[in-house]
Amino acid sequence: MLEGLMIGLATAFSFTNILMVIGGCLIGTFIGMLPGLGPMSIIAIMIPVAISIGDPSTALILLAGVYYGAIFGGSTSSILINAPGVASTVASSFDGYPLARQGKAGKALTVAAISSFAGGTIGAILLLIFAPALSSVALLFGSPEYFALMVVGLSAIAAFAGTGQVAKALLMTFVGLMLATIGEGVLFNMPRFTFGIMDLQSGLGFITLAMAMFALPEALYLVLDPSRSKTEDGSNNEIKDLRITRGEARQIAPVIARQSVQGFLIGVLPGAGATIASFLGYAVERNIATKEEQEQFGKGSLKGLAAPESANNAACTGSFVPLLTLGIPGSGTTAILLGALIALNVQPGPRLMIDEPQIFWAVIISMYLGNLVLLILNLPLIPYIAKVLLVPRTFLIPFILFFTMMGAYIGQNNATELLLLVGLGVAATILRFADYPLAPLLIGFILGPMLENNFSRSMNLYDGIGFVVERPMTLGLLILAAFLIVLPSYRARRARIRAMGVADGD
Amino acid sequence: MCGRPLLAAHYSSRGDTTMALDRWIALIILIMCTGYAYTAFFTMDDMLAPFMRRDPIWPSTFPKVLSVLGIVAALLIIFGFEKGDGQIKAGEINYRRLQDYKIGQAAVLLGLMVAYALLLRPLGFIGSTVGFLIIGSVLLGERRLHILIPVAVMAAFGIWYLVQEVLGIFLRPWPFVFGI
Repeated sequence: MLEGLMIGLATAFSFTNILMVIGGCLIGTFIGMLPGLGPMSIIAIMIPVAISIGDPSTALILLAGVYYGAIFGGSTSSILINAPGVASTVASSFDGYPLARQGKAGKALTVAAISSFAGGTIGAILLLIFAPALSSVALLFGSPEYFALMVVGLSAIAAFAGTGQVAKALLMTFVGLMLATIGEGVLFNMPRFTFGIMDLQSGLGFITLAMAMFALPEALYLVLDPSRSKTEDGSNNEIKDLRITRGEARQIAPVIARQSVQGFLIGVLPGAGATIASFLGYAVERNIATKEEQEQFGKGSLKGLAAPESANNAACTGSFVPLLTLGIPGSGTTAILLGALIALNVQPGPRLMIDEPQIFWAVIISMYLGNLVLLILNLPLIPYIAKVLLVPRTFLIPFILFFTMMGAYIGQNNATELLLLVGLGVAATILRFADYPLAPLLIGFILGPMLENNFSRSMNLYDGIGFVVERPMTLGLLILAAFLIVLPSYRARRARIRAMGVADGD
Repeated sequence: MCGRPLLAAHYSSRGDTTMALDRWIALIILIMCTGYAYTAFFTMDDMLAPFMRRDPIWPSTFPKVLSVLGIVAALLIIFGFEKGDGQIKAGEINYRRLQDYKIGQAAVLLGLMVAYALLLRPLGFIGSTVGFLIIGSVLLGERRLHILIPVAVMAAFGIWYLVQEVLGIFLRPWPFVFGI
């Protein structure tokens, strides 16, 4: 291993490759800030450039840099304008955006940058040590386990719901899952719930729905109530508190450590990826926090921002394990990377580490380097990025609306998507009036197709629902999911009964 | 001016005799779920090929499960099995006093978005974007046209250049009468 590491270091630290990492991170960050252009599309756009380089190590290093940059760029738009352009940064907006509204945009971005860096770095170290061993664990996960894992992920959204909100969160999840069934499924080749409309044949677009659920209602709220443009203490969005205090650092350090490991492990499972890692990370941290800290989640908790940020970066690193060791891409982005590798005449798989060690190790080293570059480049830029919020509302609101629409339009090149966006956005605003949580709807929509595909595959494999009892891990995960749903209601009921008892005593 | 006092106060509005908005919404979702369930249970399988009927899973299986779960969750909310804390959070908008907010401006902006969607192709990206940004800002009370117009034009051209020229995603810049 040491020999391989040395080869990797020598390759990654060549002048060209360092330039590639820096360039990739910069391109990724700036394009990733535009909602609608996620890592997947940016990498796809960069593939021709990478292939023309010729050397597979350099090309892969460039693409890995773009990947990290794009994820950080996506977090920026989630935090500043509540417009998560990528599924894996949706969870970052839950606490990042409230922080920005409190005038702590700079601090939020700093926490995001540091958590991402730590997540990516810890992920890279874990990858270095465990890659060969982990690939065999990933093979233990079959469709039934994936199905159960997604059910756990969806149940964990009970964690997003406050007291008395569990039923609403569940209803929103089901609505999201139902929206995901619109269009032609992969398994059946049959249009479902399309009402014969051609534009619905391919289903609703993720970005359209994400913009409609988060960015558009927020922009409408800003229009409806002009005093929202100011921060809560009445000042006009001044950027203050860029630095993290020692106490805050101590508060988020354990979160980052836990979520980096958990995120990495989830990322290793093919198909799970950064999105599930970030949601689960958020849910787990919320559940294990103290009661006072739990109250802060969703209102601008640093822990709530650090958790998904470190988890999603660690998961991105983790997703390279199945790609490099088994040749199985774990996510859409790694699938595109696989395509690029094959185009460069590199066949990832168990023999990669033996046949072409310089590629394997150079990529791992460059991941670490990419994270470092990202941190060094972005920390000084944060005050300037956060200045977006100082733009007067008369300019900012039309621009947010415009970027929202561009996000929905670029991906599909279809104006119907914009009409859908407005319709869904109005519906989401009304849901928000009535205090329905919107995040579960989007999570349900994202996980829906994966959930159904794994469920269907398991049903086919076991010729019925028998897989639930035949696979102990599946059963265990499903019991955990049921527990997650029931626990908050049970707790709330007990607290209410206790409170009533006190009232009676008076 | 509406503002602070309206938002900062807590309202315990759920105790009213009228049905609260969240339950009306649950009712609407219940109706939608029922329609969804009807399709899943009764009409969807009509198109199924005979050989597919022998499979353990049909295209309608998952929707059937979902529709039942959705109906149960909606009923839980309508009948109020779960008690909330009955307060509107500070910083949220109180829908019972919607007339106190700038509802007209919001509606006109939404109308503008619909117009943008419909005009994007016939008018071209540059024209419709510049129009959208300028009209949107003016609606919100911006009067410094000497800043607004250059900013809108630069933004429209900048984004068009990035998307079309750098990223290679086609965006028709000019009205369709000019060809491309």
